[in-house]
Amino acid sequence: MSRTAPDPEALLSVRDLEVTFGSGDRVVHAVNGISYDLAPGETLGIVGESGCGKSVSSLAIMRLLPKPAARVRSGSVILEGQDLLDLSDEEMRRIRGDQMAMIFQDPMTSLNPVLPIERQLTEVLETHRKLKRSGAVDRAVELLELVGIPAAKNRLRDYPHQFSGGMRQRVMIAIALACDPQLLIADEPTTALDVTIQAQILELMRTAVTERGTALILITHDLGVVAGMAQRINVMYAGHIVERATTDELYGRPRHPYTVGLLRSIPRLDEGRGELVPIQGQPPDLSRQIIGCPFADRCFNVLDRCREEMPPLEQAPSAADEHLVACWNPAEGERLVPSGFESELAS
Amino acid sequence: MTAEATIPASAAGASSEPLLRTDTLRVHFPITEGILFERRVGAVRAVDGVSLEVRRGETLGLVGESGCGKSTFARAVIRLVDATEGSIHFDGTDVTRLTGDPLRRMRRRMQMIFQDPYASLNPRMTIGSMLAEPLRVHGLAKGEQAMKRARELIEIVGLPRNALNRYPHEFSGGQRQRAGIARALAVQPEFIAADEAVSALDVSIQAQIVNLLSQLQSEFNLTYLFIAHDLSVVRHISDRIAVMYLGEVVELSPSRELYERPLHPYTVALVSAVPIPDPKVESKRKRMILRGDVPSPANPPSGCRFHTRCWLRRELGDPERCTVETPELRQLAPEHGVACHFAEELAGNERRDQLVTAAAAHSNVRDTDADEPAKPTGASAAPASDPDSFFPGDVSHH
Repeated sequence: MSRTAPDPEALLSVRDLEVTFGSGDRVVHAVNGISYDLAPGETLGIVGESGCGKSVSSLAIMRLLPKPAARVRSGSVILEGQDLLDLSDEEMRRIRGDQMAMIFQDPMTSLNPVLPIERQLTEVLETHRKLKRSGAVDRAVELLELVGIPAAKNRLRDYPHQFSGGMRQRVMIAIALACDPQLLIADEPTTALDVTIQAQILELMRTAVTERGTALILITHDLGVVAGMAQRINVMYAGHIVERATTDELYGRPRHPYTVGLLRSIPRLDEGRGELVPIQGQPPDLSRQIIGCPFADRCFNVLDRCREEMPPLEQAPSAADEHLVACWNPAEGERLVPSGFESELAS
Repeated sequence: MTAEATIPASAAGASSEPLLRTDTLRVHFPITEGILFERRVGAVRAVDGVSLEVRRGETLGLVGESGCGKSTFARAVIRLVDATEGSIHFDGTDVTRLTGDPLRRMRRRMQMIFQDPYASLNPRMTIGSMLAEPLRVHGLAKGEQAMKRARELIEIVGLPRNALNRYPHEFSGGQRQRAGIARALAVQPEFIAADEAVSALDVSIQAQIVNLLSQLQSEFNLTYLFIAHDLSVVRHISDRIAVMYLGEVVELSPSRELYERPLHPYTVALVSAVPIPDPKVESKRKRMILRGDVPSPANPPSGCRFHTRCWLRRELGDPERCTVETPELRQLAPEHGVACHFAEELAGNERRDQLVTAAAAHSNVRDTDADEPAKPTGASAAPASDPDSFFPGDVSHH
């Protein structure tokens, strides 16, 4: 996959993206050569645990990595035929907020606390759409109504702290959608919210991207959230994409032992009290050089070869089209039933 | 660790005195105005009349959204905040007003795992000395023996061996939470209140800790009050679950029944909002999306506190009873209590499905309140918020 040319049909093509932090003795390899395509209007889920590189790779796409701490070592990020990594900061600013936008986990820290939300909404419209002040305000009201903020006109002069968490996230979504971007990246957009508010926000995002044909990259640690949102999922581990498949295929027939492990380790509300099967051990230290597969030490299917050579992300044997897995010894892909579940039913 | 072992010997304990019992417990935090002469202008009714029992060896789960009072309830039973009214009995003793030495002795028996380990770990103590300290203070172990136990503890919670000589800031958030868990376990308490103890952990690590908590429970006959906003985790670990809303328990049920037969409209909405990690299930589920945010606990709605967001009330044509009469927690099935005047409507599976389907359909079209102008069609599926509801700290926009 990594050597294939960018798909001309794709909205976004990421190729061999590699990001490191630090320098000298301590270099953290946060993203280790990932490649994927995103079709226009597609919702892609990126799942993985803390430190797997899911946020860092997306910040790299947005060109929002902290400088000089982070370095994009290699790769390309092609949005509509244009490599974003080649652009100057000034050129990038013209694209960000216009063709692509991002929503973060904590709207309290991503909204400006000393500006009323009106200014934060109109700013993006005046910058990218060259709207005049009054036009921008009208559009801001429309956007707030679109994201379900009641009495939108009366709330324009309010500051972020005057909104609840869910309402703040709605404001963030309104800002992100202001210029009708083709690509929206949402990094844990509902993690800080209560579950009933999460349901509201997810429903809102689902509707907004479907209606506008916006492509969405949804980054989350929550396998439940992506199950109902994404058409395709990338599973990341230690800076690599270790599995990539359609959502049904990934949950139905997971092939990478890490994906299998993740699905076995989460309790499900709709199932019995079977035992959780945790993944043993902890993720590797990314400041050390890892030879072979980074998951080898925690893997139930490990072979000698796994410790010598990193497996490429390739079509999984006897799987549906475009089910890619980076594993020398993938799981069989049986539908998972949590162990202990049958015994509970029998009791 | 077998599945059976996670179901503790609560059957044996059911007939005897519960380990912990609260009776109409209230915790109100005063709201004051003025600087020198503080005038009391109101109160945040964080916990408002909660009567619960935690039986020996069981896990009682406590769920609800931010601000529902679940953490305050835990802090009150551990005696970290004082009860405003009501009583707390631990092992038959009234501990509501205990002070001094008796309180200290009791504290060894009840420990807490906090939500934010960074705030609860001393930044100037190594993990090793932090784990050894309570052992020394309570006379359980000292010197080399205490360090041996500390080594055991960090291994149990999955910290690297060299953690003993390191400080909290050297760890990730997840690892710090493990240290907090190790510290609570150090004095071998009988009762542990775990407040969002696994919420900060990654799923693979979370499963390790959840299994560990279950394993320790059967090994030492521990009793847990397990608080989390993640209903899946709570259901997994708990024998019974209490659902809180705005300081009150609205439903108390065996954990299996809470998903299969929720009786309170709030529980129905809560359960339907929890995403299930299975696209086949997700695509078929009916989503019951609640409108608005939780009202302020400083000024809770009259009657049933849930009535401002209640979908069942709307389906039933806004009966007046909900706004004037506070529903009591009443037993509708064995071990299954609910505080809703109209819970019978939800008792039958068929009728419940019917109501949920109708309400789910309405929640898609009725996105705004009746007194607001209609929105452009683009927003039709976006649920709107009740403009009357706001969070504590939120300034009303009227």
